[in-house]
Amino acid sequence: MKAIMPGLTILLGGAMPAFAIGWMGSHAMDAIGRNPEAAGKLQTVLILVVAFAEAIAIYSLVIALILKFV
Amino acid sequence: MIHISLAAEPLYHVFGVPINNSLITGIVGSTVIIALFVSAARRVTLHPKSKLVNAVETICEMILDLVDEVFHDRAKARKYFPFLMTIFMFILVNNWLGLLPGVGSITVMTKEGLAPLFRGANADLNTTLALAIISVVMTQIYAARELGVAKHLKKYFSLNPIMTFVGMLELVGEFSKMVSFSFRLFGNIFAGEVLLAVIAFLAPLAAPLPFFGLELFVGLVQALVFTMLTLVFLAIATTDHSEYNHAEESVGH
Repeated sequence: MKAIMPGLTILLGGAMPAFAIGWMGSHAMDAIGRNPEAAGKLQTVLILVVAFAEAIAIYSLVIALILKFV
Repeated sequence: MIHISLAAEPLYHVFGVPINNSLITGIVGSTVIIALFVSAARRVTLHPKSKLVNAVETICEMILDLVDEVFHDRAKARKYFPFLMTIFMFILVNNWLGLLPGVGSITVMTKEGLAPLFRGANADLNTTLALAIISVVMTQIYAARELGVAKHLKKYFSLNPIMTFVGMLELVGEFSKMVSFSFRLFGNIFAGEVLLAVIAFLAPLAAPLPFFGLELFVGLVQALVFTMLTLVFLAIATTDHSEYNHAEESVGH
């Protein structure tokens, strides 16, 4: 149980943000395709929002590390 | 086996207060920032030729523009700029200091065994929690100063039952802000250190290089995210939201 839990934590916690980031990226591509002049503005916002989604993966990574080492 | 420790290791005890390795790096980082800005401030002229002054000016201008973009008010932006700039520089410099060679690899002997002398300051939950508490508490203080204490407290406590519930949610939100602020920064930087250690363990020499580039980028993005969130919360808290209703009422009368 102790061996499998960190793996499961990072599996679920990594899959959801990966999906979210992929979705954001695809919509940003759509937006840039429609309005290429907005690319600069979109990029800054995109990086910020991706960092938020990524934070969820990082939370689960921290929890997985705690489960593994503590 | 790779040395990974979730908590910072205490190296020395001064009057019973443990001195952690991340505390030492934090002090080094603060010294670097102070030295950088003091030496830049001394050389400021109308048309500075010094590269250092120009570099510092560029960073300051970038953050000031960012603050201005959110506040839409140059005077207000200038007022809150020092606070936000301090947060940004502290996080950025400490994130990047943690990537220098020697951090984590120079070890000293302590009572509990070998421990690294330096450890990135933001790779310790204590530092990031302190930053999060400073950010949230200062936002409250600035909001109370801008709107008045009574008006600010009305956001959290009210006799209207619906607003009481909303206020409770807001109050819980302030604490969850602290948790998310501190864990986001700590997690990112700590995960970066673990990643670098694992890659260096699996394939030494050239393999960790691209990951160092990634970590430089992550350090910048996380400093920016922390500053940006503090800025947005500050902007929301210091804006009077009841103004709108008063304006409508005065039109009605």
